[in-house]
Amino acid sequence: MGVEAREARQPWILLSPALVAITFLLFVPLAFIVVYSFWLRTATGADVAGFHLDNWTEALTDRFYRDILLYTLKIAAITTVVCAVAGYPAAYFIARSNRNKGFLLLLLMLPFWVSYIIRTMSWINILGVSGAVNSFLIWAGIINEPLQMLYNEATVILGLVHFLMPFMILNVFVSVDGIDQNLESAANSLGATKLQTFFSVTLPLSLPGLAAGGLLCFVLAAGTYITPLVLGGPRDAMFANLVFEAIITQLNWPLGSALSLMLLAVLGALVLVYNHFLGMAQLMKGMG
Amino acid sequence: MNRGMGWTLIRLWTMLVYIFMFLPVAVVVLLSFNASEFGAFPMSGLSLRWFVELAGNDAILRAFRTSIILGALTALISTTIGVLASLALIRYKVPGQNLISTILIAPILVPEVVLAVALLLFLNALSINKSFALLLAGHVIFTLPFVILVVQARLVSIRRDVEEAAMSLGANPVQTFFSITLPLLLPAVLAGGLFAFTISFDDITGTLFWKPGGVETVPTQIFAMLRNSISPEINALGTVMIALTVGLPLLGLAIARRMSANSGG
Repeated sequence: MGVEAREARQPWILLSPALVAITFLLFVPLAFIVVYSFWLRTATGADVAGFHLDNWTEALTDRFYRDILLYTLKIAAITTVVCAVAGYPAAYFIARSNRNKGFLLLLLMLPFWVSYIIRTMSWINILGVSGAVNSFLIWAGIINEPLQMLYNEATVILGLVHFLMPFMILNVFVSVDGIDQNLESAANSLGATKLQTFFSVTLPLSLPGLAAGGLLCFVLAAGTYITPLVLGGPRDAMFANLVFEAIITQLNWPLGSALSLMLLAVLGALVLVYNHFLGMAQLMKGMG
Repeated sequence: MNRGMGWTLIRLWTMLVYIFMFLPVAVVVLLSFNASEFGAFPMSGLSLRWFVELAGNDAILRAFRTSIILGALTALISTTIGVLASLALIRYKVPGQNLISTILIAPILVPEVVLAVALLLFLNALSINKSFALLLAGHVIFTLPFVILVVQARLVSIRRDVEEAAMSLGANPVQTFFSITLPLLLPAVLAGGLFAFTISFDDITGTLFWKPGGVETVPTQIFAMLRNSISPEINALGTVMIALTVGLPLLGLAIARRMSANSGG
């Protein structure tokens, strides 16, 4: 065998463990649950192989599932918008600050290292019946009985925003940081006010980062089931909670497969639209 | 430099956003040192009693052992596979590079719940039930993309010509790899491994699907304890976890800096 042929084979040898792992632990299992979603669950617990549309009919026509899917998308959308509106100025500040950029970025990375479950439950210390806010209000004499602030839709959104804010800021930062500041100076010297410059130069040029952050926030928010369990009430179940219920609690695996695939289809469609317009490279920039 | 009112407002807003991100976590740490019986406000004094209690709680110690073993094995496997794949992508011209990159990061693009369901059901069909092996397989597959992203970012900065110089001075490829490439690669390997460890150590979404009954990792243990109510013990456990998952990467960062400073000078 020639040297060239060996050179050409080497990368494939290096890549093969990763490709084999992803094929057999991701792609084949995904194909498997597509098949599984057409099987039937029987009362005895054994699943019957075959081609039945029952699970799909139930998942797609039952109002219950549709309502929760819409509710999930609503929660994810609100979370994304709040992250974008609140996170953008912070990302802009970090990108444009001269002295503290490195320090602020390092701080921004820290929440990524603090466990999701801890960040979520930390709000119980703040908003719970004996949490910081209630204790302060009682101490200040403003209220006598603790307020019930937790376990509703708003606290689910709060928890999600808290969890996802660093993703948004980091992605917008990468974008704003990459803008040639001469463009802004040029706009200014041509007579544009600071606000005009921002809306006609800076904001449009940072849209790719905003979109990447938005996609991450939306997809991660829409796929969560821990936050509603910890910070939500009984009526705040999101779509992933249904999947968890079907798979773990009811052991109805065929239906659980169909529900998982529904979630994948909706969120996958978003990723594809994003990929079509902006490509995956932008998303990688924010993560690397 | 005077940048005007707008800048002052943005600065103030940024401070508020940072307070929002950090205050709740700071409160967890603060309350874990609370001396009072109920572990909530008002604090009655500082004490280490909840940490002492943690150290005597068998369930929590078991959860820690599981998490650490799982995280270490995940890091080992994920980093080995990930470094090889990154080397291939950075060092060679591979046909279909974009497609391969997309395939390699696919586990991040699929929602974790869906990944968890697919892996659980598929491996179950192969008679691999909920077990440590399933947990490990799951953790490897979803840490792999992160390892590849981090290692690739570091690899780009290693210059190829040092290796070529070694080769032209008579070293064979294996010698070159162990005496030149690997030492230069080490910060990337460590960074990737630490990253995989912390992601695995923190994971709860997939873990709740994959873990066998009776086995808990630290996050699922916290989650189970939350069912009752928030206790000072949970805050103490959270503090230990924060110390581990924040302290380790910072340590890694410092080591990587020192190593690259040494190899640079």
